[in-house]
Amino acid sequence: MERNTKLHGLVALFDTPDQIIHAAEKVSHSGYKDFDIHTPYPVHGMDDAMKLKPSKLGYVTLVFGLSGAAFALLLMWWTMVVDYPMNIGGKPFFSLPAFIPVTFELTVLFATLATVIGMITFFFRFPDNKHPLHDTPYMQQVSRDKYGVFIGASDPKFNAKEVRALFESLGGKQISEIMEFEKTWQDAFNPKFIGILVTTVILVSGGTYFTLNKLLYITPFNWMEHQFRGVPQEKSDFFADSRMMREPVAGSVARGHMPYEFKDSVAQPADPLENPLVNSAEVFRLGQKKYLTFCSPCHGNYGDGDSRLNQQFPNPPSLHTAKLREWKDGNIYHVITNGQNVMPSYSHQMTVKERWAVVSYIRALQKAKNASETEIEQFRKENTSNGN
Amino acid sequence: MNIDYSKELPIVQGRLSLGELEDLIAKPMSEKPTPKYYIALAITLTLLMIGATSLGFTFYYGTGVWGNNQPVGWAFDIVNFVFCVGIGHAGTLISAILFLLRQKWRTAIARFAEAMTIFAVMCAGIFPAVHTGRPWLDGWLLPYPNQHGLWVNFTSPLLWDVFAVSTYFTVSAVFWYIGLIPDFAVMRDRTTGKVKKFLYSLFSLGWRHSHRNWQHYEKSYVILAGFATPLVLSVHTIVSFDFAVSIIPGWHTTIFPPYFVAGAIFSGFAMVVTVLVFVRKVFDLENIITIDHLEKMNKVILATGMMVGYAYAMEFFIAWYSGVQFETFVFINRAFGPYAWAYWIMVSCNVIFPQFFWFKKLRRSIPVMMVIVIFVNVGMWFERFVITVTSLHRDFLPSSWGYYVPTIFDFGILIGSFGLFFTLVLLFVKAMPVVAISEIKAVADGAQPTHHGGDH
Ligand code: HEC
Repeated sequence: MERNTKLHGLVALFDTPDQIIHAAEKVSHSGYKDFDIHTPYPVHGMDDAMKLKPSKLGYVTLVFGLSGAAFALLLMWWTMVVDYPMNIGGKPFFSLPAFIPVTFELTVLFATLATVIGMITFFFRFPDNKHPLHDTPYMQQVSRDKYGVFIGASDPKFNAKEVRALFESLGGKQISEIMEFEKTWQDAFNPKFIGILVTTVILVSGGTYFTLNKLLYITPFNWMEHQFRGVPQEKSDFFADSRMMREPVAGSVARGHMPYEFKDSVAQPADPLENPLVNSAEVFRLGQKKYLTFCSPCHGNYGDGDSRLNQQFPNPPSLHTAKLREWKDGNIYHVITNGQNVMPSYSHQMTVKERWAVVSYIRALQKAKNASETEIEQFRKENTSNGN
Repeated sequence: MNIDYSKELPIVQGRLSLGELEDLIAKPMSEKPTPKYYIALAITLTLLMIGATSLGFTFYYGTGVWGNNQPVGWAFDIVNFVFCVGIGHAGTLISAILFLLRQKWRTAIARFAEAMTIFAVMCAGIFPAVHTGRPWLDGWLLPYPNQHGLWVNFTSPLLWDVFAVSTYFTVSAVFWYIGLIPDFAVMRDRTTGKVKKFLYSLFSLGWRHSHRNWQHYEKSYVILAGFATPLVLSVHTIVSFDFAVSIIPGWHTTIFPPYFVAGAIFSGFAMVVTVLVFVRKVFDLENIITIDHLEKMNKVILATGMMVGYAYAMEFFIAWYSGVQFETFVFINRAFGPYAWAYWIMVSCNVIFPQFFWFKKLRRSIPVMMVIVIFVNVGMWFERFVITVTSLHRDFLPSSWGYYVPTIFDFGILIGSFGLFFTLVLLFVKAMPVVAISEIKAVADGAQPTHHGGDH
């Protein structure tokens, strides 16, 4: 980079720490504001000599440290209590003691990163490799073992002659002028700049997309997921029928699927099954629900055979005939399971339990339609004595 | 050899001027590497390749190639992890805790120890990452919104570990870099090579040694040290929680956090001494990393070694005193069971050998300390082995007892981690100043103004 003739400031070098402390005191005392001291290492007592205010860096640390703690706690509270609560050993969802470690770590992380990044960018205004002091013999010497003082030309009190005299009176050596760098403006439409910008955008967005959507789902080696075993619905080269799935061994019965022993008999069995259900409100409720769903469209809401299908379909009979009332539960069950003439089988729509519940419900309907006066009396009494 | 310990020893010996100090430290970076350097690098790279191959096998075939079995589901993977993290702790202790305690002698060794921290944590990171079984999915360890609708379990010590180790690595790296900025500037102003100059300028960020910057810089150093100190304690505490929060006898103890931290410092210092003895010799830094510094580190080794010994004894005492049958059994089994050999290696290396450091002559003798610190390194590795394997191999149910034998791949990865560590160390000593130049200048004789009482 080229330097122009504009003066940036004057510098002088000193040999010992005592001298530089003295120089700093004098320079700040003379009222210069735009001055600086350059030393290869921090010299004790310089803050006072330069009349610097205490560093405010600690506030950055404090603010960000507290934000780190708050962020950690909020994150854990939201994930573990609100979004996806998980019962872990019966402990409370918000278990503070178990949240302390992560809270602490994030506090430290936020605080330190903010301190460092804040210091470098906000306090130092770095990176700055184009400062006029760079690449000067002055910088090379303060980098090594000399102590330098600098007074900037932008200082209102600056006067090259006076400053030079001041330096000389302090015993400064190698007093020299530092010139500004020729300013080179960067054009925003510079193809190189735009190229870098576009590349960065592509790399960052592409990288993020790739990581989150591809990288995290890559399975370089998937022996664990794909093992040498048969999977349902797959083709098999081993079995004659080319199917991976096997038929169950003949005669095997699946749990809860006991076959109906009179499946193939059209006629009513001589010795039908017993109703396994014990009457209860729950059974009747289930029976009622299933009856109204599956039977009432033909047999009518109360089993009178008076549904809208009457006259339009082979008439569904009443379920209150003497024959039916004399039937055993197993006979009605047989009709539901096997069907009878035009009435279809309901064994596919209703489970065994539901079918028996419907049988119980039909029995209740029959009772209700054919109850004797004394039974009705008794029912009334029971209900009133219950306070209804 | 009569040393007056009542007076503070000079940190830099040989009356070197500031410029001479700088030349000495910067020398390795300006010279071309010698054949010896290449030989050393070849050895460490070979070790690294052994590790890489073993890891390749592990990725391809799964963790089944390791010796881990039922009931020893955790073995070398966690042993090496704890060992490596422990080594790292010495660096933070030297750079942060000794800084806060104003131990100026730390200046000579801090940079190097910090570098070791970072490299050790890198090595440590390999093990948990691999032992997940499918390391390419390790991103799932972090809490990020995902289409599984799941979050990580914030109440699990293994997750605390993820946060602790990654924070520790980040903060150590940042601390290290902050310390390096002025040194990069020094190198920038010294070097003549174009590429080097560009790189050093880039990393120095344009540092100008301005006191207006030094003021904030020193403040930030105190702040970082203040955070790194509890951080380093928290990291090994959390590592110990991996064990202590479980209910396995031999792990479920409250002594673990302090015991682990003391052990970490113990093994870390041993490792720092091991490496520094070579570095100061090879790079002629005997006047900067003096025998006094080594002696001080040996004292720390002696002290922490006894803390560790105390912890061993206390574990036995509590096992008996608690009256818990399983706890008692585990400890008797440790000392006299199938893994007694490992237990006694641990005790002799960690408790008996450091006792030689009671004698000033032995403390200041390079060959003696070399032998002892290597024993300590071995012993501390075995300590983690004993804790992990002996507790697991015989737990509550005698029907599920077993024995663990590591396979060649277990050893391969362990060797590989050493390879990685020493490769990084070798590259570091050639690329960056091993001693913090600006810090050592600040503590050299006559570096601080006289009337301000530079020695406080
Ligand atoms: C599609 C209309 C239809 C539905 C729905 C229907 N049925 Fe029927 N059901 C009939 C017809 C028609 C008959 C007479 C069949 C015959 O000719 O033997 C009949 C016969 C019966 C019989 C025998 C009556 C007798 O006198 O032989 C019983 C019991 C019976 N149904 C019960 C039920 C039950 C319980 C349901 C509900 C699960 C049901 N039905 C659903 C049409 C229906």
